Amino acid sequence: MSNQPILQVQEVTKAFGGVIAVNGVTFDIFEKEILGIIGPNGSGKTTLINCVTGFINVTSGKVLFRGKNITGRPAHKIADMGITRTFQIMRPYYSLPCYKNLVIPLFSPRAKRTGGWRGGGKLGDRDTVGIDILEEIGFERDSFVPYKIASTLPTGYLKRLELARCLALKPEIIICDEIFSGLSMSEIASMVPLIERLQMDGITLIMIEHRLRELFRVSNRILVLNFGEKVIEGTPEEVMADEKVKEVYFGSEKAEEVMSHA
Amino acid sequence: MNIEQRRKERLDRGIKVRTDGLYALMSWRELSYLTLPRLVLIVGMLTLPFIMPSMYWQRVISIVCIYALLAMSFDFLAHFVGLVSLGGALFIGVGGYLAAIMNTYFGMPPLLTIPIATVVGAGICTLFLLPCLPLRGVYFAIVSLMYPLALARVIEALDILGGTDGIMGIESFGNRWVEQYFVILMVLLFLFGARRLVNLDIGLVFRAVKDNDQAVRASGMSITFYKAVAVFIASAMGCMGGASLVHIYMWSGISLLALDFSILPIAATVIGGAGTLVGPVLGCLILVPISELLRAFGTLRIVFYSLILVAFIVFRSEGIMVYGQRKYHQFERWVKI
Ligand SMILES: Nc1ncnc2c1ncn2[C@@H]1O[C@H](COP(=O)(O)OP(=O)(O)OP(=O)(O)O)[C@@H](O)[C@H]1O
Ligand SMILES: [Mg+2]
Repeated sequence: MSNQPILQVQEVTKAFGGVIAVNGVTFDIFEKEILGIIGPNGSGKTTLINCVTGFINVTSGKVLFRGKNITGRPAHKIADMGITRTFQIMRPYYSLPCYKNLVIPLFSPRAKRTGGWRGGGKLGDRDTVGIDILEEIGFERDSFVPYKIASTLPTGYLKRLELARCLALKPEIIICDEIFSGLSMSEIASMVPLIERLQMDGITLIMIEHRLRELFRVSNRILVLNFGEKVIEGTPEEVMADEKVKEVYFGSEKAEEVMSHA
Repeated sequence: MNIEQRRKERLDRGIKVRTDGLYALMSWRELSYLTLPRLVLIVGMLTLPFIMPSMYWQRVISIVCIYALLAMSFDFLAHFVGLVSLGGALFIGVGGYLAAIMNTYFGMPPLLTIPIATVVGAGICTLFLLPCLPLRGVYFAIVSLMYPLALARVIEALDILGGTDGIMGIESFGNRWVEQYFVILMVLLFLFGARRLVNLDIGLVFRAVKDNDQAVRASGMSITFYKAVAVFIASAMGCMGGASLVHIYMWSGISLLALDFSILPIAATVIGGAGTLVGPVLGCLILVPISELLRAFGTLRIVFYSLILVAFIVFRSEGIMVYGQRKYHQFERWVKI
């Protein structure tokens, strides 16, 4: 791990009119790290990554990628640099077969430069590269699954397809917005090794999750948000032991209430 | 036979044939099944000038082709890129005036003015429309509708480019056969070109821009850029039509910026079948001659367009071509139960 963080988020604030969705959040992430972001519903997690990836403009604050200021750049430029994301509400191309879903990201300038996930700088036939990526990510090549229309697939495959869309760009950072939600325990269990493999491949990951148990298992560090502010940042053990986090998740009054009922 | 004892059975003709080109080479029947519709279209278009009863109707064929270019351009933008364009008049006007200027002021022949007007005109139209490309929603439609209206008033008020009289004395194609076959070939060229384009990988990107623009941005591609490319292609079709039109009429005036050029192609697309690219051509082949027959009624013709349009939207919203394709690829028969 180099000393310079791959991504630095400095005092990022986003206000929607009167609502301050993200309030002065600062964190760094180093290469090949997995950073988990947790927080109750509406605590500003999605808004924060929308700010980082350029999908919305920050109200104030800075985002640095390898020391370079990328605040305010358009979303497609940021993706072109290698910072990709999945969407909390999945956005596959529903009317297309799965492998054709990947033809679109493979058409991008970045894919042309890098050749796709495993590509060595030269992009082959997009259909073939697309099927290769799908196979690596758990679509059985010899089955019909890669050729099926996306709208007919179960959630588990669609979540993988979201990841595959990022991988087609050969990204440096993938930001996953609730990639485990809506999946069964067994689907999550098969997804965890995939995440670990991406990390081994040298990809830096930011994972927003509500499924704390699995997240704590894969993450190197955890960031907790509440009402748009950073509550604590630390290793999974530190975060789990923290009093403030318990308060955030159960609420001090509610905790007392629960106690009195007990 | 009692009606209740039979039902209509629908069978899909050669799914294999359509899903994989290789199978088509296996038998003549399947090969002709695939090529027949194209052949009918090409041969039909090419024989049109011969079967027209008079020179007047031959001229109508040329006009049909101009409208067909506009209708394809509308269908391409609306169905494959998700931009609803009311800019037919803008494309015709820009292409037409450019060709007129090059021909009368600089003495360039149609052989030069038409290609230059197509490319330069498409560039100008794209620049005009660029500001509203990043926006979603109805802005594109509104802006593309406003430009021709505004340009007509500007030409009128400043009395430039011939003012209300227009530019006269533009060189003709020289020969009416050359004229007709030129526009017919252009329609066929752009039709097959556009159909090819939408099936390429870039065609998938265009459709993705329409259906799922956020995912396209997340894939590192600028939506504005791809919209601009599509608008360039579509306006090239329109400008090509406009440039041909001024050489046909030997005159260029503010009626090139008239609303008909924006509205009729849309009606033709609805009638012919949106999203097929052939449908709009078919729609023009039906609508434009009818509109010529009704010339005596003057502006009342618009009532007629509206009636046809409403009738089609209510009874056959899929359009002739979509209906026809379905019938062609499936065949139906009555079976006893
Ligand atoms: N476009 C918007 N306009 C106005 N307010 C918004 C907008 N997007 C988000 N918000 C508000 O910002 C706050 C944070 O929302 P955000 O979606 O970032 O939360 P989250 O942590 O991702 O929640 P969840 O866990 O439910 O996904 C919420 O109060 C939300 O109502
Ligand atoms: Mg969220």
